Amino acid sequence: MRRVITVTVINQSGVLNRVTGLLMKRQFNIESITVGHSEQPGMSKMTFIVHVEDERKIEQLLKQLQKQIDVIKVNDITDKAIVMRELALVKVVSPPHARSEINSIIEPFRATVIDSGKNVVTYQVTGAPEKIEAFIDLVKPYGIKELSRTGATAFTREIQKVNSPQLSILK
Amino acid sequence: MSAEVQTKQAVMEMTPKSQDEKQNNQPMDGSAVLIQGLKDQGVEVIFGYPGGAVLPIYDALYKDPIPHVLARHEQGAIHAAEGYARVSGKPGVVIATSGPGATNLVTGITDAMMDSLPLVVFTGQVASTVIGTDAFQEADIIGITQPITKHNYQVRDVADLPRIIKEAFHIASTGRRGPVVVDIPKNVATEIFVTEEERDAEVNLPGYQPTTTPNYLQIQKAAEAIRFARKPLILAGAGVLHGQAMEELKTLVETKRIPVTNTLLGLGSIAGHHELFLGMAGMHGTYTANMAISECDLLINVGARFDDRLTGNLQTFAPHAKIIHIDIDPAEIGKNVPTEIPIVADSKEALQALLNQEFHAPDTEEWLAYLRGMQEEAPLWYNVDEHEFLPQEAIQMIHRITEGDAIVTTDVGQHQMWAAQYYSLNNPDFWVTSGGLGTMGFGFPAAIGAQIAKPDERVVAIVGDGGFQMTAQELSLLQEMRIPVKVVILNNGALGMVRQWQETFYDERYSQSLIPVQPDFVKLAEAYDLKGYRITKKEDAEQIFREALLSDEPVLIDCRVKMLENVYPMVAPGKGLQEMIGVKSK
Repeated sequence: MRRVITVTVINQSGVLNRVTGLLMKRQFNIESITVGHSEQPGMSKMTFIVHVEDERKIEQLLKQLQKQIDVIKVNDITDKAIVMRELALVKVVSPPHARSEINSIIEPFRATVIDSGKNVVTYQVTGAPEKIEAFIDLVKPYGIKELSRTGATAFTREIQKVNSPQLSILK
Repeated sequence: MSAEVQTKQAVMEMTPKSQDEKQNNQPMDGSAVLIQGLKDQGVEVIFGYPGGAVLPIYDALYKDPIPHVLARHEQGAIHAAEGYARVSGKPGVVIATSGPGATNLVTGITDAMMDSLPLVVFTGQVASTVIGTDAFQEADIIGITQPITKHNYQVRDVADLPRIIKEAFHIASTGRRGPVVVDIPKNVATEIFVTEEERDAEVNLPGYQPTTTPNYLQIQKAAEAIRFARKPLILAGAGVLHGQAMEELKTLVETKRIPVTNTLLGLGSIAGHHELFLGMAGMHGTYTANMAISECDLLINVGARFDDRLTGNLQTFAPHAKIIHIDIDPAEIGKNVPTEIPIVADSKEALQALLNQEFHAPDTEEWLAYLRGMQEEAPLWYNVDEHEFLPQEAIQMIHRITEGDAIVTTDVGQHQMWAAQYYSLNNPDFWVTSGGLGTMGFGFPAAIGAQIAKPDERVVAIVGDGGFQMTAQELSLLQEMRIPVKVVILNNGALGMVRQWQETFYDERYSQSLIPVQPDFVKLAEAYDLKGYRITKKEDAEQIFREALLSDEPVLIDCRVKMLENVYPMVAPGKGLQEMIGVKSK
């Protein structure tokens, strides 16, 4: 199963290495990982998506992360109401005659053109990872020259539903 | 003057005259700050080896000495520090240089991590300006030790050093103990350290708050479960020793009449001759202890981590039992075995809280009688050989002569299991063995560290001929520092446990497990100016052991034992605890 974990860490050299090293040592498979400064000075926030076999494995992961001296807080927010966003840059083959067609197809994704050349256009798209996937699938037939994704970052929403079930998109 | 007294004196002689007027206002460099920091932590002895990157540190040590044990290999230094830590409960302190000095510590650091031993390890590093350039004797020891330490630091700024030293000792010796590495670049060791404020900087670890006090509701649940159990069993692990909860354990066992078994590392947490002690459990545990785990209806795990050598096949482990698991490390609870009543706490606090519940003892007399019957029917056994001396006999003899009062250290393998089975310990913290990592070459240097921690006790290193040769160079230390360790080599001319597995599981294909040529161990001892003994005939054994073990000098005993002897009983790999082979037939 797919889990979304957020980790608050002290922003010290080697801390990213420590966390990913731990995941490797305990044989966890990371789908994506993002890191950046948080609202507290000296603290960073990591968001990662991992695949685990069962509940026990995820419990082990959370406990092992919590044990790290530089880790302040660990949360598995998969089953909470959350906002999750990812950004992707996609360079698509787009000759002038096809350009308006592509633009109209991707319009619902609210992607923006951030660079264009004679035959290629670079789009920036943000959203949940599933939306990014859908976008990529859509433009793939035109030819993707280059693709770069940031990985998802997430936190919990202000208002939590009581007993919110696991989000279906994450199952 | 006895050798014990001499050792103490040898260590004391190295203790510096007081240097009280330590220039409090004079600027100190990183090295001087380090030595001062170690003294402030009450460090009595350092195990180490000098080298280029730690020259400033060793220079500071020369000017402001702390007793130092100069091992002959960094691995020897760190195993000695582990032995010291296990026996004294205090963190072992190690210093090694950068590059190869640091990488030679890796086995010992991992060993300490697996067996939760407090170590503070200082490694030299090349100067900050050349880190990352593949400089001479540079190794990324922070990267290398990251998965094998409880925590590690590289000191980037000398101003951080006083705080890092305090934090390193705090982390190593609290919560679940473990090794901490502090990597000090050479320039940091020579930088002048400025402010008083930085020197007084306190521990600042917002992410590290180990839980030591048990949850009251969980304690109530545990008391309730014990109250109504009919076949309860206590599994006491090393956590009892780390938490110094031996008295509480004994009280619980005796007042509630609950039988108790040990993990390998938990041995000594209850006296080996206690009437309610069933012997060690696990792969080479006693039949009764393993059957008790398989049949109990309540298993109270105090400070053990359900290691695979203890549990055997997890599918059939303690199938009828409700599990109470007391551990200071929450990550151990539920890791291998699902737990009904988890208690995250220090073992001593948890057992005290449990005893404060003042609940009625369960009625266990029938259960105890059943287990006693099993002990009588299937005790530990071996077939005495008419000619050849058996390793089990040797250990029983050592036990008899030392009256169960010696500190015993071992490597890993057959001799370790026989020592665990047949050296019944009277005292806690007198058993030093490499359990989790299973390190050959551990036992002998660990004995040196143990002897330094307890100069008045008799220390016997029981090792195999294979393992001993991995760290034999530390023989240098015995005369040099007047350390009266008794080295007993159970010499079967083979890597016994490997050979046993090849016999049992690989149709006797003894691939690389027989040692055809060996040094003359007696001459080896003599080369180091030590008295060496050889036992070749079983008739002579008693007399030689008696003379050697009761001597005040360091001695080495090359004890020739039967090669093809196996450790029994045994749970074969992948099997459940109830499927032991080699049990004495009824």
